[in-house]
Amino acid sequence: VSIEPTGAGTITVASRLSGYLRGGGVVVPIVTALFAFLVGGLVVAAAGANPIDTYRAIFEGSGLNWLFPWVTGDDRTLAALNLQQTLILTAPLILTGLAVAFAFRAGLFNIGGQGQYLVGTFAGVYVGSSLDGTPALLHVVITILAACAAGAAWAGIAGVLKATTGANEVVSTIMLNWTAVYVGLYFFGLGGPLHSDDPAAQSIPVSEDVLESARLPVFWGDPELQGLHIGIFVALAVTALFWVLLNRSVTGYEVRAVGFNPDAAEYGGISAGRNYIKVMLICGLFAGMAGALDVLGWQFRIATNDIQVSQVGYLGIAVALLGRNTAFGTVIAALLFGALLNGTSVRNLDPTVFDPQLATNLTWIIQGLIVLFVSAPVLVTLLTRRRFIPRRKPMPKPEVMSGG
Amino acid sequence: MSTTSDARAAPPAGAGGQPGSRLRGRLARVSRAAWFGWGGVALGLIAFYITLPPILVRSLIPSLLLAAVGLGLAAVALRAGEKRVGWGAVVACVAGAFGAYGAVESGVTNLERVVVWSALLAAALRYATPLTFAALGGVVSERSGVVNIGLEGMMLTGAFFGVWGADVTSSWLGGVVIGLLAGGIMGLLHAVFSVSLRADQIVSGTAINFLAVGITGFLFVKVYGTQGTPDDLPEIPDVHLPIGWIPFIGEALEQLNLLIWVALIMVAVLSLFLFRTAQGLRLRSVGENPLAADTAGISPIRMRYYAVIASGSLAAMGGVFLSIGFVHSFSQNMTAGKGFIALAAVIFGKWKPGGALAAALLFGFSSALAQRLPVFSPTTAVLFQALPYVLTLIALAGLVGRSRPPAADGIPYERH
Repeated sequence: VSIEPTGAGTITVASRLSGYLRGGGVVVPIVTALFAFLVGGLVVAAAGANPIDTYRAIFEGSGLNWLFPWVTGDDRTLAALNLQQTLILTAPLILTGLAVAFAFRAGLFNIGGQGQYLVGTFAGVYVGSSLDGTPALLHVVITILAACAAGAAWAGIAGVLKATTGANEVVSTIMLNWTAVYVGLYFFGLGGPLHSDDPAAQSIPVSEDVLESARLPVFWGDPELQGLHIGIFVALAVTALFWVLLNRSVTGYEVRAVGFNPDAAEYGGISAGRNYIKVMLICGLFAGMAGALDVLGWQFRIATNDIQVSQVGYLGIAVALLGRNTAFGTVIAALLFGALLNGTSVRNLDPTVFDPQLATNLTWIIQGLIVLFVSAPVLVTLLTRRRFIPRRKPMPKPEVMSGG
Repeated sequence: MSTTSDARAAPPAGAGGQPGSRLRGRLARVSRAAWFGWGGVALGLIAFYITLPPILVRSLIPSLLLAAVGLGLAAVALRAGEKRVGWGAVVACVAGAFGAYGAVESGVTNLERVVVWSALLAAALRYATPLTFAALGGVVSERSGVVNIGLEGMMLTGAFFGVWGADVTSSWLGGVVIGLLAGGIMGLLHAVFSVSLRADQIVSGTAINFLAVGITGFLFVKVYGTQGTPDDLPEIPDVHLPIGWIPFIGEALEQLNLLIWVALIMVAVLSLFLFRTAQGLRLRSVGENPLAADTAGISPIRMRYYAVIASGSLAAMGGVFLSIGFVHSFSQNMTAGKGFIALAAVIFGKWKPGGALAAALLFGFSSALAQRLPVFSPTTAVLFQALPYVLTLIALAGLVGRSRPPAADGIPYERH
């Protein structure tokens, strides 16, 4: 594989956002999120609803009030149920967030989390619904590994193209997202190769059900009422792995070196191209695992409708950016978006307070606002200039001078 | 790489001279081995073409012979080190042989229903038009040095406000104007963040896309509820030309939507503007070397603002065509990645309006074909819809050669 240098003065996303990534501690993400929610509140008010009531309803729908000791009795039972749903949604968000964050640290912008997540669900539901008779634990492990492999392979396409031809990973991963959608619609649509054999589902575009042996055990709440499955622990364990991999391994060192300056990394003997492939494989693995957790944990089947409305992978971008691409930050940001998703769901949001269909779009708006604010380091610097960023000597701007 | 010639690399004498001499100069730089490679590509395509209507060769042997000769030419090109075009020829020949096999195996009636060249051309133009507008927006923005990942969102904004404007003003022209304004405002937002606040343009563009999905979805639910957009929306009219008697071209171009012609005209206008006017030169200079442009008295900030706002309006025009010129309704997230295909068309077309149009036509053709292929297999119909995305991916991987973006593309400019 011949790797050409990416050209003079390559400025990666990671290096440009380094001010945001390093400076400001937890203050900046908190202010960013608050500001996004504030603007979101204005949108709610413009739609003729009360923003405070709406946010309170979303908050209570998310079940986060379970954390307050003064919530007791029936309220507490309901809060527990809601919190279980929030954490169910949080687990895959952590993983798709990591899929974006890891790429980011290598200077790649992986918008393909959605496609990698989808092929993960496809592989998960296929392997999970076949291999009848496999012992329970083994079946779960095999299925998760299959989903990881599928996600990694899907992301690997973009990695290989980036390394060998320099194809822009933003466009290629988006194309892979849409390809995954149509592949899924074909697989599980009526007459598709993986469509359910169940006579009752002959007119419903849905997959086979995942077998009992491949389902993740529930540890909090009633399995019949969609209690919390162990996926959240899997996600947290992978987060720890992410931290070790990034900060305490040779791979992580190389990834970060390539992320800051691929040319300098090449000069130091680190192959940027090989790292692009490696990083995309790892990212796809994370996102594919997110897909496995969803189909093995609570969905148990894929309807083609789910494929089209799912936004877990796209939310991963906002999760990673808000979490400053760190392990801990990603978990917290995933919890925020999990709560937002669950709190605005049709099941949890009272339509008399705010129409859940509008609220779903509100999630997109808040997500967009957060990403927008994060994109501008100047805003961050304004917020943090005095206290957090040490004064540096003014430096000439080599990227402008080297043009031409 | 000799095939990746570029206007900027042309000798100064050619730049001011006749177009003919410029073309000859470019062709002279294509090596002989590369010619073999291009010959291989052509033979691969011909191998497929002869099995289709109107020629309809019903035997595989001529196609296989052509593909084999093409592979031989590809081998010559590869030996001489022309890797890219050589591999392109290999891909074309293998694909051509497979395509020919598929055509020979399928029934003549099916083939004649799918491959109606004039109808395919008309459909390709229809599918290409949203991409062309958005790609032109991308060219303008990136030539000024601002990467516009937000094309998708600006297009979606145009699609919604086109419908809303047409509905409110009861006139398609109102829809076009309001759609353009809305797209321009999204462009302005992108400009504020990427130019003034020196945001990372890829991240802020992604934010624009999310915002557009949210804002259009929110307004769509709020204004039209669950019933969807009204059936009696004003539509952008078609242009009837009295050229139906000309075979093929006449049949294809006889009746096309007004905006399709506008898109084609815009390609020419933008080409002239960017490469033949002083303002166009200024815009490009800001994208190549903003510091030098600033020194010469051109404000990179102002230029980039103009370019990004224009880019938003152009992308929105594509969305307006999509909603009130093509499908006559709006649905949530209806652009479905077209903005990103347009972005690929910008890269594939080497940041030139004409190149972007050619790439958009290629992707549009694949969409048109995908619409007709289900005749062969209704169960795999939905899979064919992935064709434009897969083709974009392949094109992006580059059969034509690595293209070079404007030097300052994506780099925020900071005044000292």
